[in-house]
Amino acid sequence: MDEYRFLIGLAVATFGVGLLGVAIRRNLLVVVMCLEILLNAVVLAFVTFSARAQALDGVAMTFFVYVAAACEVALAMAIVVLLVKRRGSLDLAAGNELKG
Amino acid sequence: MTDVLIVLFGVAALAFALLVVLLRQPMRAALALVAHMVSLAAIFACLGVHVVALFQVLIYVGAVMVFMIYTIMLLDDRDTSYVHPFSRWWVAALAVVACVVASLASLLTPDAAPVAAGNAGFGFVEFSVQFMTRYWFHFEVATVLLLIAIVAAWTIVSQRE
Repeated sequence: MDEYRFLIGLAVATFGVGLLGVAIRRNLLVVVMCLEILLNAVVLAFVTFSARAQALDGVAMTFFVYVAAACEVALAMAIVVLLVKRRGSLDLAAGNELKG
Repeated sequence: MTDVLIVLFGVAALAFALLVVLLRQPMRAALALVAHMVSLAAIFACLGVHVVALFQVLIYVGAVMVFMIYTIMLLDDRDTSYVHPFSRWWVAALAVVACVVASLASLLTPDAAPVAAGNAGFGFVEFSVQFMTRYWFHFEVATVLLLIAIVAAWTIVSQRE
């Protein structure tokens, strides 16, 4: 198995772990961290394909993924602080205002 | 030697990602996430893509994770989500994740078509030239996006009850 195939397999496995964390964790901060794992898996896939093809396109795309991640974390942390101020809890189960 | 390092850091990255999901305390999960990102940066450096390795350490570990750790320290650590960290629906979530991973893994066919290799270097000079010539518009849009994020975060935090 060549290194590129191993790295794409690793990206798939990391994506699965991140997705599992988003689905099963109840703590809002850990869910945001698992979203970062998902983005890292995508970055790993971009860099692997870019290194395999010896082209800069995937590397350039990672820069924009980093920008999106920075924006996401800045907004997510502000929303987390606001939600904790209103509900007094980081638990996702506490957000049941829309439940019928 | 490089192949061994890639496998070593790959296994470490996956193990630290699993720790992020499994650890109860968010601070420990954040430190595991830092280790996961540093492992990925090491893989990028082994592949010769030093620009992304440096971005990974400077932007993700240096900025994003420090910001996240500040937020964790700001909040109360006596939360109900610390006592019951996992959802009741973890079996269904596991089944969905298994389906997604299996469908993605099925794309990894053993007889992948050979790639027409280019001759791009991954140094800072090549990267900078590409950004100033080919991706200059995307770069400007990214700066505007960052500005919008700053204004939005400020608006959210400063709003009154």
